[in-house]
Amino acid sequence: MNAGVVTVLIAMLGGAIRVSTPFMFVAVGECLTEKSGRVNLGLEGTLVLGAMVAYAISYHTGSPWAGVLAAGIAGSALGAMHGSICSLPRVNDVAVGIAMMLFGTGVAFFFGKPYIQPTAPRLTSIPFGGFSDDLNLRSALDINPLFFVGIAVAVVMAWAFANTRWGLIVRTVGDSAPAARAMGISVDLVRFLSTTVGGFLAGVGGAFLSLSYPGSWNQGLSSGQGLMAVALVIFARWSPLRCVLAALLFGAAGALGPALQSVGVTQGYYFFNAAPYILTLALMIASSSATRSARDMPGELSMAK
Amino acid sequence: MSSGAPAASGLAAVGTPPSAPSARYDLGVRLRANSEYVAIPVFALLMAAALFAVFLLAIGKSPIEFVNYVWRGGFGTAFSLQNTLQRSSPLILTALAVAIPARIGLIMIGGEGALVLGGFAAAAIAVPMVGVVPPIVTIPVMVAAAVLVGAMWVGIAGYLRYARGVNETISSLLLTYIGIAIMNFFVEGVMRDASNPNKPSTKPIGDAYMVGYIPGTEVHWGFPVGVLLSVALYILMTRTTFGFAARVTGGNFRAALAQGLPVGRLIVGCAMIAGGCAGLAGYFEVAAIQGRANASLAAGYGFTGILVSFLARHNPVVIIPVAIMFGGLVASGGLIQRRMGMPDATVLVLQGLIFVVLLTSETLYGRFAIFRAGDAKERT
Repeated sequence: MNAGVVTVLIAMLGGAIRVSTPFMFVAVGECLTEKSGRVNLGLEGTLVLGAMVAYAISYHTGSPWAGVLAAGIAGSALGAMHGSICSLPRVNDVAVGIAMMLFGTGVAFFFGKPYIQPTAPRLTSIPFGGFSDDLNLRSALDINPLFFVGIAVAVVMAWAFANTRWGLIVRTVGDSAPAARAMGISVDLVRFLSTTVGGFLAGVGGAFLSLSYPGSWNQGLSSGQGLMAVALVIFARWSPLRCVLAALLFGAAGALGPALQSVGVTQGYYFFNAAPYILTLALMIASSSATRSARDMPGELSMAK
Repeated sequence: MSSGAPAASGLAAVGTPPSAPSARYDLGVRLRANSEYVAIPVFALLMAAALFAVFLLAIGKSPIEFVNYVWRGGFGTAFSLQNTLQRSSPLILTALAVAIPARIGLIMIGGEGALVLGGFAAAAIAVPMVGVVPPIVTIPVMVAAAVLVGAMWVGIAGYLRYARGVNETISSLLLTYIGIAIMNFFVEGVMRDASNPNKPSTKPIGDAYMVGYIPGTEVHWGFPVGVLLSVALYILMTRTTFGFAARVTGGNFRAALAQGLPVGRLIVGCAMIAGGCAGLAGYFEVAAIQGRANASLAAGYGFTGILVSFLARHNPVVIIPVAIMFGGLVASGGLIQRRMGMPDATVLVLQGLIFVVLLTSETLYGRFAIFRAGDAKERT
């Protein structure tokens, strides 16, 4: 039994690293978008489209990294669409997000149909577990380079928010559009770019889903991970670094079901599948309040009003 | 906003002799103003259709053929029309699940989850009753279970919004995923029908406990129930104090608080009505179509319902024709798939496109003088 517990813990560690990567990319991307004062709920669709495009391009070119790039481009196309539509007056960004979610998944399923069967070259992981003889630990420490890319992006973004002119501009636009306009900043342009870059990151997160873990393309690939990552940003209080930590927590929660299954606990498999959703909801309840808006929330967010 | 007014002025025009010019003038202005709410969504639909036609041409398919198949598969024959009405029933109900919270200013998209759990609750409560308790007792119990569970499910999102300030759009969609997982948990586990190895399902409820068709048709009772419920909810939201208070809360939350309106009860109440409608849709899917609860319940009606409600501008009565239109589109999906060799996601692409274009068209309101003629005089 004790060995079983260790196995579960190691599997959860591996899971935390593997499962967290797409959460991380989507959450960090959404963090940028929300910092600029807009919500893009459509990243679920972006994630799915990114996964499909990455798989298709990797299959046709034989290069998974070309797939990652293509997924980012597809994601930024969806982000640019959201960003430009929402810069029109009287358009509700939350509603557009819902529409983009349906549109993105629809397009991905439409063009993704022929790629469900074939096998595309996947991203290779870097084995960090060479020191150990434990097979479980070795597989847990097979880490995809995208994991580190995600952390690097989050670190750079956190640094940029605090220390660069661009970071200041994004934060100003997100906190007070009138103040930004008074400074001569084009609010719509900043938000458009933030949403586009956010879409790029979410697309790359999708590429991880189809090219690394689970590592294939099918229609049930994402099932709400993009949405959970958006919710995660609220919990992470709009900090890219806390987004990474929250993503790791989520990865561990998401790995619980498969980890228990690997040691033979199959009872309640579907319940453990629901664990990340329940955790998200619990975190949202814990981190919001009826009487005041959440701490560190950008003042221009439609949820804040 | 005040949709109570046009009918009031209409009544005045009926009640007083036609020599009352102010009433007629008012009606004319109202008609012009309301025609904007018809013209812009119709324009958005046409734009989306044009974009979709370009999309079809780009992938080498014929838009004319597509329209032809939608017509044949959805509306052209008695059979396809009945199929369409059948499919528009859950769309009406799940669209109501979006429209009612929208009136109180909430964007709730949890209809799919409430549909799945409502349908599952109906099947779960029916299974031990089948063969023991007569249908005349069982059927109302099933309906009550579906409505209550659905109402509770979306009610959670409403309560969390009011009591904890949790974003209702995200929480209602999360609850959808949780609801589907709960159904799968039971259907794959303790409630699984062992005699059906292919697809995890509950035990069938049996023909005697199914809801039949309207005599002379192949349309189940979910359609007329949906229509009646739409009208009833329209009256509730426009002609009663509850509806008025809900619309005030949606229009200005602080003013509603200052007026001493019971905003908490109103928000949870609207969310529960929404969930009840979606739960009822789940009941009809189980009791009129599937005969048991399984993963087929999560067929995406809840998501199409969101689009239907937005296109109907969250007006419960307008939802009926819009739902029939999309019911036809959904019904023709299979025919399009077979005859044109296109994936079943084609309908999803079209729906997403319509949704995006429709929301973009929101920016057009108030920009055309033709809809505002006489407006200035009216205001002074």
